[in-house]
Amino acid sequence: MANGYGKIFKDGVFFNNPTFVQLLGLCPTLAVTTSVFNGIGMGLSVTFVLIFSNLFISLLRKFIPQNIRIAAYVVIIAGFVTVVDLVIKAFFPELSSSLGLFIPLIVVNCVILARAESFASKNPPFPSVVDGLANGIGVTLALTVISAIREFTGNGTLLGFPVTPETFSPAVIMILPSGGFLVLGFVIAAVQFVQRKRRADR
Amino acid sequence: MMNIFLLAITAVLIENFVFVKFLGICPFIGVSKKISTAVGMGIAVIFTMTVSSALTWPVHYFLLQPFDLSYFDTIAFILIIAAVVQLVEMYLRKCIPSLYSALGIYLPLITTNCAVLGISLLNVTKGYNFIESVLYGFFSGVGFLLAIVLLSLVRERIKFADIPTPFRGVPIVLIAAAILSIAFMGFQGLKLPF
Repeated sequence: MANGYGKIFKDGVFFNNPTFVQLLGLCPTLAVTTSVFNGIGMGLSVTFVLIFSNLFISLLRKFIPQNIRIAAYVVIIAGFVTVVDLVIKAFFPELSSSLGLFIPLIVVNCVILARAESFASKNPPFPSVVDGLANGIGVTLALTVISAIREFTGNGTLLGFPVTPETFSPAVIMILPSGGFLVLGFVIAAVQFVQRKRRADR
Repeated sequence: MMNIFLLAITAVLIENFVFVKFLGICPFIGVSKKISTAVGMGIAVIFTMTVSSALTWPVHYFLLQPFDLSYFDTIAFILIIAAVVQLVEMYLRKCIPSLYSALGIYLPLITTNCAVLGISLLNVTKGYNFIESVLYGFFSGVGFLLAIVLLSLVRERIKFADIPTPFRGVPIVLIAAAILSIAFMGFQGLKLPF
């Protein structure tokens, strides 16, 4: 069984990474990754919601009627998103103002609904929690990578600390909306390149 | 009258939902392969956004706010949107079956289109009145239609281009979207008096 959890974990974080491989939840991926701090904050919020929505959907999976399951999942997810929204507003007002609209929009993040539908609704609670954690880490990893590239090239800093010599003039376009599309395009291309290599090696 | 014009220009061009606000990216990438489905999706989104703006506004101001329950906004709005999408789905299945099958899985997924929930929440944060909310919903939908049609036009041409293998599929589409988005940055220079 330990092996099973290992597989769930590796799939969620790497081989089936929700952002890079399944291409789910792209809106927050593009919108909030202008700085590493925002990226990690968003990733952790998504992870929290994923763990708890997976847990509760899995616990309730025998009681939710098939026909209205999506509506039921969305209500459960929306409940936890409201919790996250209120907690962030209370304790991290700075993060709340920079993520803004995208915190309540976690409700419609396809990653969460996809895990609910394809994993939590069919599996017992404990594996579902592991799956939620793994996918959450996958999302956080993806957001951190993209936001690190964008913050470094667009602002010359990492986590707010300047890391480039003063002669380096940052390409502001990278932290503007178009830079988001560009970086994500190149990162996904890199992921596809690695995937092809792995398949060819086998 | 002038205000409506300004609101339209702002929602469609200057603050385009897809290119500037990053809302509704999933269907933007997912159903932009062909012009016909892109147009269908765009119109379905315009309808959903307009109707859900019209329905969520009274719910917030007459039902939730008087009882200090505005923290239930997200939950209440998403339920209304799910119902509206269900309505659109039933209508399309009955009246335009070809479009219904072309949109496929993306039709129920309009529920999870962040543009739709986004517009409802934005109407509240921006403090728009009822008429403004409905118009803002409608014109933001038009902005989404414009974006998805533009991208589908590009994609129909990309199909015939010789692209390096790792870039095939989504990456090249994202890069095309980046270039379109740079074009939309030009509209930021428009200084509107409000």
